[in-house]
Amino acid sequence: MYSYSEFDEAFIASRVAQFTDQVNRRLDGSLTEDEFRPLRLMNGLYLQLHAYMLRVAIPYGTINPRQMRQLAHIADTWDKGYGHFTTRQNIQFNWPKLPDVPAILQALADVGMHAIQTSGNCVRNVTADHFAGAAADEIEDPRPYAELLRQWSTDHPEFQFLPRKFKIAITGSPHDRAVTAAHDIGLRMTSRDGAPGFEVFVGGGLGRTPMIGHKVRDFLPVGDLLPYVEAVLSVYNILGRRDNKYKARIKITVFETGAAEITRMIEERFAEIRPLFKGHDQQLLADIRAAFASPALKTAPVTAYETARKDPIFRAWADTNLSAHRDADHAIVTVSIKAHGQTPGDATSAQMRVLADLSETYGYNELRISHEQNVILPHVHKSDLPAVHAALQQVGLATANVGLISDIIACPGMDYCALATARSIPIAQEIATHFRALDLEHEIGPLKIKISGCINACGHHHVGHIGILGLDRAGVENYQITLGGDGTETASIGEKTGHGFAYDQVVPAVERLIRAYIEHRTSAEETFLQAYRRLGIEPFKAALYGSEDTQDAA
Amino acid sequence: MSRRFTPKVVTANRLREGDVVYLAADDSWTPHHHEAELIEDETRAAARLALAASQPLYVVGAYLADAKPGPNGPEPTHFREEFRTRGPSNYAHGKQVDLV
Repeated sequence: MYSYSEFDEAFIASRVAQFTDQVNRRLDGSLTEDEFRPLRLMNGLYLQLHAYMLRVAIPYGTINPRQMRQLAHIADTWDKGYGHFTTRQNIQFNWPKLPDVPAILQALADVGMHAIQTSGNCVRNVTADHFAGAAADEIEDPRPYAELLRQWSTDHPEFQFLPRKFKIAITGSPHDRAVTAAHDIGLRMTSRDGAPGFEVFVGGGLGRTPMIGHKVRDFLPVGDLLPYVEAVLSVYNILGRRDNKYKARIKITVFETGAAEITRMIEERFAEIRPLFKGHDQQLLADIRAAFASPALKTAPVTAYETARKDPIFRAWADTNLSAHRDADHAIVTVSIKAHGQTPGDATSAQMRVLADLSETYGYNELRISHEQNVILPHVHKSDLPAVHAALQQVGLATANVGLISDIIACPGMDYCALATARSIPIAQEIATHFRALDLEHEIGPLKIKISGCINACGHHHVGHIGILGLDRAGVENYQITLGGDGTETASIGEKTGHGFAYDQVVPAVERLIRAYIEHRTSAEETFLQAYRRLGIEPFKAALYGSEDTQDAA
Repeated sequence: MSRRFTPKVVTANRLREGDVVYLAADDSWTPHHHEAELIEDETRAAARLALAASQPLYVVGAYLADAKPGPNGPEPTHFREEFRTRGPSNYAHGKQVDLV
């Protein structure tokens, strides 16, 4: 993976020094809170319900064992012994104290990490396919492009005060695991005449006005990536609405301007700035590419794996948590951070250290964080899988549920977040434990439940097969259900079913949906999403509401 | 016609630790909701909020939260404020253990 250059190190060091001084000036009264707030947000420090929260960037979800150990160290030294992996491939610490934050940022800088641009109206952490560089279906590893975008967007003088935050996602595979359609810019790698390039989508997003991105380019040669993205940002920076926070994202700009017109404007701007890119970016890209060269994958017999598959516990885990690697003797391991009843995405410091150890011993020093709040060992030789599984079992990380009903995305919700309107985490916990008790999980098959605790949709509920949105209805937690959302290459926004459900009625409602699906599916091979697309919403509405009036979809 | 004033407490987070605190009648900040001053009129509320705002070295983000009288002192009326009195529901962290 990419290691910081001297330039990166000097930049991060200067930012740590600046923020250390800013914290000291806030603590001695030289800075007011109004002055300090934007400064702390630029460094990823929020004030939440019960405490401060520090959001640390994990660029395109790639992290090495040394960094993972440092996160464990931070969790133990300045927090409560755990961290929360987020849907933005970041990690959040929920309990830092303000005077300690400079030391935390220094500890991050020591391993080439930071919390810059994890907040504010700037280009945020670029997210990528968590199987990048390993997936069997990949055209090319997207991470060098993500890193190029990271370097270009970090402290970019033109784009530090955009109308609103800006999120870019990139995938190198035709199977979109990075939810590119729901990002301000989505980049999907494709090829034309043997040359790689990108399909470019603009104006996707979730939040209060969910939209699927519009394709503005069928094929962007990879050499044009930076000037094209800069053209998009540049058009948005001028057109984007600064008068209304809720209309400031580029999805609204695209909607109000029209996809055809904004495409024209982007191309016009692109034509202006393309000649200014004289090849330095491509030299940089070549250097970055070298840093992402594939590890030398080992060759060995896989008999240990075949033997281990006779153990039903190992086999169940292997069948759900492994994905096809580009090398047939290797596998991609998704480590579930979703043990039934635990908080989705929360890993203890002890678990982080085991993940770091496994990465070093069996995983070529690579780790990824997925937007689905799991941790990936992207390259594991199949003969090493039994040892990896055994080690994961020791620390509660061997749950065989990836892609199933208990592999739920949930935002922190009102257990932590100051913006939340209802809790998310306990809903996720209860759904997971309920369906485990029913022993239905494997019979249900692939199903993505995504839960957000407010309309900002950090929990991606709009693209959940079953989406759950927690709201405050007259002082009571109330949960709205959407169905049929999809975050992949066949992206769609989920449809509201009708009125919401009280906190204690959510799990029974989900069970009714699941029972309707099982009843109506053509066979066990037809997934929930396929059945929904075939049947439409009506049978599911009937299951949720019976014969009662379903007209109130507010 | 202005809405009838409903009782309030002044709440904020401590600047250094981020902990949730409430303004008591003796001008101190307490972590216990039931020790907060229950403010019954609008003028007093504005004055108490102004006092909180004048202490930027101790607290941040002060606001008025709805509350009601209870047997042991003021109680929150909204679930958000109730959560703030104890901490998250997924772990025994925050006030629910720190104050025991």
